[in-house]
Amino acid sequence: MTLDSKVPAGPIAEKWDRHKFQVKLVNPANKRKHTVIIVGTGLAGASAASALGELGYQVLSFCIQDSPRRAHSIAAQGGINAAKNYQNDGDSVYRLFYDTVKGGDYRSREANVYRLAQISVNIIDQCVAQGVPFAREYGGLLDNRSFGGAQVSRTFYARGQTGQQLLLGAYQSMMRQVDRGNVKVFARREMLDLVVVDGKARGIVVRNLTTGELETYAADAILLCTGGYGTVFYLSTNAVNSNVTASWRAHKRGALFANPCYTQIHPTCIPVSGEHQSKLTLMSESLRNDGRVWVPKKKGDHRPPNQIPEDERDYYLERKYPSFGNLVPRDVASRNAKQVCDDGRGVGESGLAVYLDFKDAIGRLGRGVIESRYGNLFQMYEKITDENPYEVPMRIFPAVHYTMGGLWVDYNLMSTVPGLHVLGEANFSDHGANRLGASALMQGLADGYFVIPYTLGHYIASTPLPKVSTDAEPFKEAKASVQDRINKLLAVKGHRTIREFHRELGRVMWDHVGMSRNAEGLQRALTEIPKLREQFWHEVSVPGTPDNLNQSLEHAGRVADYLEFAELIALDALERGESCGCHFREESQTPDNEALRDDEHYSYAAAWGFNGVGQRPTLNKEPLTFEEVHLSQRSYK
Amino acid sequence: MANMTLKLLVWRQPGPTVPGRLVPYTADQISPDMSFLEMLDVVNEGLIRKGEEAIAFDSDCSEGICGTCSLVVIGIPHGPQRGTTVCQLHMRHFHDGETITIEPWRARAFPVVKDLVVNRSAFDRIIAAGGYVSVNVGGAPDGNTLPIGKKTADLAMDSAACIGCGACVAACKNASAHLFVGAKISHLALMPQGEVERYERAARMVAQMDAEGFGSCSNEGECEAVCPKEIPISNIARMIREYSKALSTHRKWQWKATTSE
Repeated sequence: MTLDSKVPAGPIAEKWDRHKFQVKLVNPANKRKHTVIIVGTGLAGASAASALGELGYQVLSFCIQDSPRRAHSIAAQGGINAAKNYQNDGDSVYRLFYDTVKGGDYRSREANVYRLAQISVNIIDQCVAQGVPFAREYGGLLDNRSFGGAQVSRTFYARGQTGQQLLLGAYQSMMRQVDRGNVKVFARREMLDLVVVDGKARGIVVRNLTTGELETYAADAILLCTGGYGTVFYLSTNAVNSNVTASWRAHKRGALFANPCYTQIHPTCIPVSGEHQSKLTLMSESLRNDGRVWVPKKKGDHRPPNQIPEDERDYYLERKYPSFGNLVPRDVASRNAKQVCDDGRGVGESGLAVYLDFKDAIGRLGRGVIESRYGNLFQMYEKITDENPYEVPMRIFPAVHYTMGGLWVDYNLMSTVPGLHVLGEANFSDHGANRLGASALMQGLADGYFVIPYTLGHYIASTPLPKVSTDAEPFKEAKASVQDRINKLLAVKGHRTIREFHRELGRVMWDHVGMSRNAEGLQRALTEIPKLREQFWHEVSVPGTPDNLNQSLEHAGRVADYLEFAELIALDALERGESCGCHFREESQTPDNEALRDDEHYSYAAAWGFNGVGQRPTLNKEPLTFEEVHLSQRSYK
Repeated sequence: MANMTLKLLVWRQPGPTVPGRLVPYTADQISPDMSFLEMLDVVNEGLIRKGEEAIAFDSDCSEGICGTCSLVVIGIPHGPQRGTTVCQLHMRHFHDGETITIEPWRARAFPVVKDLVVNRSAFDRIIAAGGYVSVNVGGAPDGNTLPIGKKTADLAMDSAACIGCGACVAACKNASAHLFVGAKISHLALMPQGEVERYERAARMVAQMDAEGFGSCSNEGECEAVCPKEIPISNIARMIREYSKALSTHRKWQWKATTSE
């Protein structure tokens, strides 16, 4: 398959403006005749629903939560980037574009990234107009903080709850369209299949999680805004219900899956405390603005942190990367934490942690300032660990956080199935091999508020879309196959719990497909995952019935999909013999253990086509060319 | 601290129209570092192994921000620790051998779906009745056009921090939603962007709140005491001011609310 990215011609700064002029428009009176299905109500889904509702489309919005306001975007803490240059510190659209391409280690599509940087400034304006209470300076203007991978302060924030405030803004806008009759919300519905009619995405099958009923819905286009797949590692910072199911089932219906091995391990999370844990908690990267990362210089130094004198501490990020210091990008910070722990200098009971110390910042700024900046994070840390971070340094360790890979989309955010569009974390396009902090919120809202209203209109205006009914054969077929899978899960009646399998899969993934990968480990993962999948279908216990709320059945369906999808991550990681961004192959590193890219052989996006469970998928390559940003070895020294 | 054994009394109810009851369970090998929901996971693992139906309860982010988790623990929504959602409540606050009752939110406007899971869609309908600023995408002025005093922005943020969990309703003997509605009305009324629609918003949201079957406020303050985000009842006072002004100045805003699923 040749992948046409549909990137418009012209100089990079003009591409989006030209494209907006060239796309076809749908007459205002005709918009109400078109139905659009949006799956997911996070930043991408809620912003798309409100923007399309405002234009007059009939929007059907689906979410697995009991309310659209609870989508996992709500948990994003630190902030959102925008090239406003309010700080007069040298920021510009071009610099945000440059930082993002470089931060992604030159594995993203330049034109998409430039558009993202351009739109970033409109997002802030839109959110302020919605009444989002961003942090302000005493003069009343918007405040900024800095984030990893950048030397300017361009991050807007609302305490440590930026995701919550942005999502509530988008959710409220969407509920306004519910009030106007343009958007209909279907909560507690899980998408379990995509319906393709005559080669185009025309509907979905969902399970009503309250009644267990399978429902089908038809539309002229489908938008998947279903987030990332971090929970394939079992333990991650994602919400426990986050999953890959919607994307994976769309993949099985023909949508290519791109760069699944690009999974981001966030450097600042609360370390694992025991087997019982169901998820890990992120401590916002913004903490690295004021906290200093260190470990003891001596191996196996078990003294309490406050008794280790200054000259026996190794502030290893400041030492190795003097110009970025504690604010190096996430992948660099995570790998360095792993290295010092592998070296036997990790702290805490498990030895799998490093210190994040606020003593100097508190001494310099006073406790009050630190409390106003990070109060809720410090409180959360204390609740979980029972330690007071104002007095003893936090202990942190990397954890799976964000997935840059996702369904392949062109410049119009359309997948390889016509009509199926993919927005936000669920697509692959903008972050390359590593996402910079405070860029996920930016991308979700850019896609939903500002990109899809144009590109979806173009698709609808230029595509013949005869009416389809949910009685059509493809709907019946899809519904029957979903029913069949549910019946199979309930029929196993084994004695092992779903969580045991999920935990086991997570262990395989973390050990062999985690922060540091090599061919031997990836091969082992590729033999262990199918074995585990086999055991799952023979030994899992899924109690209860399908005709009411059954959380075991929901979890089992998601884990079953992960047991198929995990293989694709490992295969993609094996196939990519270079290191880039978050994908670190031990075989490909510089003498100082930094990721070493191989642009000659791997400057492409790997888009995989499904050939059946356990069958080798087909690799399609979208070559990545860089006309603006000069390819170079990334350095933060 | 050693592992604990706890006696649980858990509300089990197969569906909205079937009566429920408290069922005893034993939670064994509970580490003090577990969260309350991880403790329930352990109990559920035991049930699933025996082929019995797991206890249904809502949870998602486990960070106290999504507002999904909703358990009444020993008679208190979100349990005994102040300013904490039940997903952030840790077992170190309980002692070995303790008996813990676990019940769902109880309010007419929040019908039980199953076991400990309730339907809170009434909150969504209240937001749809005006909990927003009416701006379309595209026409927003520059973000710094209107300076907003830091104090005002911080006060609005205190109200905006509401996670919509519904603990305030569950704690109130009248099942009143005044704190939830008051927090949203305050957030938007305090911001200059929300100024234009402030009275219409107050009138419509309050009318919808009444139509959903939430009770009145009798100033007991339990809502503030259990709010995991510690949102103060001054928000209720502000809501009542906004609402009175709306009704006294604009009779046309005596909205007839609609209820629909």
